Amino acid sequence: VSTAADTAVDTLPDPAPAGSGSGGTWLFVGRKLGGAVVSLLLVVVLGFFLFRVLPGDPVQTMTRDRPTTPAQIAALRERLGLDKPLLTQFVDYVGGLLHGDFGTSYLYQQPVGTLLLQRLWPTVLLVGTATALAAALGLWLGARAGWRRGSTFDHATTGIALTLWSMPAFWLGLILLTVFGVGVGPIPGLFPVEGMTSPDTPPGLLPQALDVAHHLVLPCLTLVALVYAQYLLIMRSSLVEETQADYVTTARAKGLREDLVRRRHAVPNALLPTVTLVFLNLGMVVSGAVTVEAVFSWPGLGQLMFKALQVPDLPLVQGAFITLAGAVVVMNVLADLLYRALDPRVRT
Amino acid sequence: VTALAAGAVLAVTPAAAQAATPAPKPAVLRVGLAQDVDTLNPFLAEFASSTDIGRAMYEFLTTYSPKNEAPVPGLATRWTHSADGRTWTYTIRRGARWSDGTPITARDVAFTYHLMMTNPVAATANGNFVANFASVAAPNDTTVVITTKAPQATMLALDIPIVPEHIWRNVKDIGSYTNLPTPGHPVVSSGPFLLTDYREGQFVKLAANKHYWRGAPKIGELDFVHFDNTDAEVQALVKGDIDLVNGLSAAQFSTLSHSKNVTTNKAEGGRFVDLAMNTGAATRTGAPIGDGNHALTDVRLRTAIADAIDPNTLVRQVYGGDAQVGGGYIPDKFATYHWTPPSGQAHTFDPARANQLLAAAGYRKGADGVRLDKQGKPLDLRLIGRNDQPQQAQMAAYVKSWLGAVGIPVSVQLVSSDKLDDVTSAGDFDLAFSGWGVDPDPDAVLAVQTCDHRPDAQGQNNDSEALFCDKSYDALYAQQRADMNPAARVADVKHLESMFYQQASEVTLLYPDVLEAYRSDRFAPFQVQPDPGGAIMAQNGYWGYLSATPLVASTATGGGGTGLVIGIVVAVVVVGGLLIVFFLRRRATAADRE
Repeated sequence: VSTAADTAVDTLPDPAPAGSGSGGTWLFVGRKLGGAVVSLLLVVVLGFFLFRVLPGDPVQTMTRDRPTTPAQIAALRERLGLDKPLLTQFVDYVGGLLHGDFGTSYLYQQPVGTLLLQRLWPTVLLVGTATALAAALGLWLGARAGWRRGSTFDHATTGIALTLWSMPAFWLGLILLTVFGVGVGPIPGLFPVEGMTSPDTPPGLLPQALDVAHHLVLPCLTLVALVYAQYLLIMRSSLVEETQADYVTTARAKGLREDLVRRRHAVPNALLPTVTLVFLNLGMVVSGAVTVEAVFSWPGLGQLMFKALQVPDLPLVQGAFITLAGAVVVMNVLADLLYRALDPRVRT
Repeated sequence: VTALAAGAVLAVTPAAAQAATPAPKPAVLRVGLAQDVDTLNPFLAEFASSTDIGRAMYEFLTTYSPKNEAPVPGLATRWTHSADGRTWTYTIRRGARWSDGTPITARDVAFTYHLMMTNPVAATANGNFVANFASVAAPNDTTVVITTKAPQATMLALDIPIVPEHIWRNVKDIGSYTNLPTPGHPVVSSGPFLLTDYREGQFVKLAANKHYWRGAPKIGELDFVHFDNTDAEVQALVKGDIDLVNGLSAAQFSTLSHSKNVTTNKAEGGRFVDLAMNTGAATRTGAPIGDGNHALTDVRLRTAIADAIDPNTLVRQVYGGDAQVGGGYIPDKFATYHWTPPSGQAHTFDPARANQLLAAAGYRKGADGVRLDKQGKPLDLRLIGRNDQPQQAQMAAYVKSWLGAVGIPVSVQLVSSDKLDDVTSAGDFDLAFSGWGVDPDPDAVLAVQTCDHRPDAQGQNNDSEALFCDKSYDALYAQQRADMNPAARVADVKHLESMFYQQASEVTLLYPDVLEAYRSDRFAPFQVQPDPGGAIMAQNGYWGYLSATPLVASTATGGGGTGLVIGIVVAVVVVGGLLIVFFLRRRATAADRE
């Protein structure tokens, strides 16, 4: 599974030596970082005002169906700061952010930062694992399919990948949950149907880690099945282009085995467009897979944000929005920087 | 010497128990929880899930009978009130202890109430119960005296978890206190179960309180397992991963009723669903707001609408029979306060009578069969409902056709629940689907129809259901709240319901049932509330969980052991697979390396 990546690293052109054309590099890095900071500022402003345009009065939603008096409702509004003018609220909010304070969730009555951190790790674990597996699987299959374009293998892998890609996430998730979680006919229910850990797992690192791995199987499998097609297709099409290139003919003329021509020469060059895709998707890792998380009750950010939006729990949705958008911005910058290191053409 | 020996035994026991060969594990009741837990701090917890868990952890002053939800002793064994109804004296139970062994006294009760009266943050969740308190005192360890500013008939319905003073007086900031256990140290509380572990978004673990004053529960542990997906929750019950679920849909309920080892429980629900009408929305100060159709200020039009609607069909066709037909404002689950309209007064489905009423009231039909209002304009009512509840879309279609049949065209709009709240609070509606949860004491749900609960002058802080206001309703509401004679108060409340019904400001359509299921191969039938016909979970009390009786010695299936084995197998397969791939590759490329 890991060969494509391994060989890629072996044969990649060395990154530009530090300091060579230093002015250009630093300017480039500075420009990218500056752009990222501006994007983040826009995210903060947008997030604040965007969620206030939504219908719904958080105080109203929170007190509905609960025995309260109008005086208590007014007191709650004052405590949450929602009685202040919008601009004052914005200044307070930005002031808090500068101190690393995302505010306190209306619903959970806990610091938003704590809540987000608690939920961040399960999401990163699930979507990160799934992205890594999907990328490895997709690139590996894509390279083989592209190299032998039109073969039965090509048709079969592309067909299967596209079929899975077009399935609704909740549907595939529920099928896997029913078949491998509950058991159908002779297939026993091997995997848990909800959550990340069982309440009766003994404490201790090993049992807990194994329990998490056990819970991870089905949601991760669902996600991999859903998304690996995009890596496969990108890899396949860029490899198809490379097969026509002169250097491939040269490599063959040197007498290299077909396998090596593909792995050492064609694949590394075809990898470039996939770097962009991988990093774009890594940015999305944080935003997670709301549907898959919901199907398997995975305690991730997606579910938290969904619930916060219904109120709307303003500090929580804002915090989540900044986290999600921030992850995309940071990953984009990293992709830009890495691309420059990988592809000499960008440097000139 | 005896004390020392006892201490030594206590100290040794846990270690000895662990070292010895495992005795049959005490039974665990695993409950599916489809809602999040907001916080387990009893002063802050507002979600139904958290307050349900809170009831299992903390005793109240009084609780509600499993039989008929009448107030019964909790920490208080007896109570009296002064002639003017403003001073209440409660006698606190002797011999009850906190889970750490400290005696529970009247001082804990006074401390809890006093904290809520003086610290606004501590009043977050349950402040309304102490809003009318003037003072609270504990003259000795077994007496609590509460003085109220005005007489308050709800003094046996104070749903406030009593906390241990010796723990909470050291809490500096109530707002940021999470009230979570540390390994080996459950949260100190007084109820039948003690909080031992909590993982946000995943599960809540409680252990039986061996020293609980009503007697220790028959199970060793009570686990709440979180589900975002109720279909997975149902599957988990079938598979045996959990033992008890509620909040089932009609389809899930009927599937489970054919399932082996599972018993279903269709229970009376404590909510009503209604069709609210805009009777002339205004702020608390009387300034008109919103764009409601003025014709609806006419009680005769509203009555005709009520007569044109058939709740029986809604129960049958929309709820599949899993609801009770509505009548009085308070659901029939609360038998004491439930009022059934007498046959002469009742709005029964009778389009002919509705037509007569409309004609007599001057709403004549135009050429196209549409009735005209007093100004001669064709009537046209908007009906707004929630788009996240499929039932409301179906009910809207029925209402539209029924009212259309008597010459009142209706346009339906389905929106998010937030939007619906915005629209109804602003008075920008004609007809709206609404609903409310009802407590054993009806005071709170009666209050949401009073004039003072409408929005303030700025149009904010609305706590009225649909901006209804009627001075004679308010007067009778105040009377029941101050009536210290229980029988007379019941009469007041029923009178109030009758008066409200005649105003036809809303049509109480139905009371949805609560659908539950449990593993009857593992647990004996649970204590329901009310009994018979009530629910196991989300009670006004802890009777359901406390009554859990395991049928087999050990229910430790699935979970830990098996999970561990499968986890190991998965790990071995993954590592083995990687190794095989690695060696295959090495062999394939051996020639090139040389």
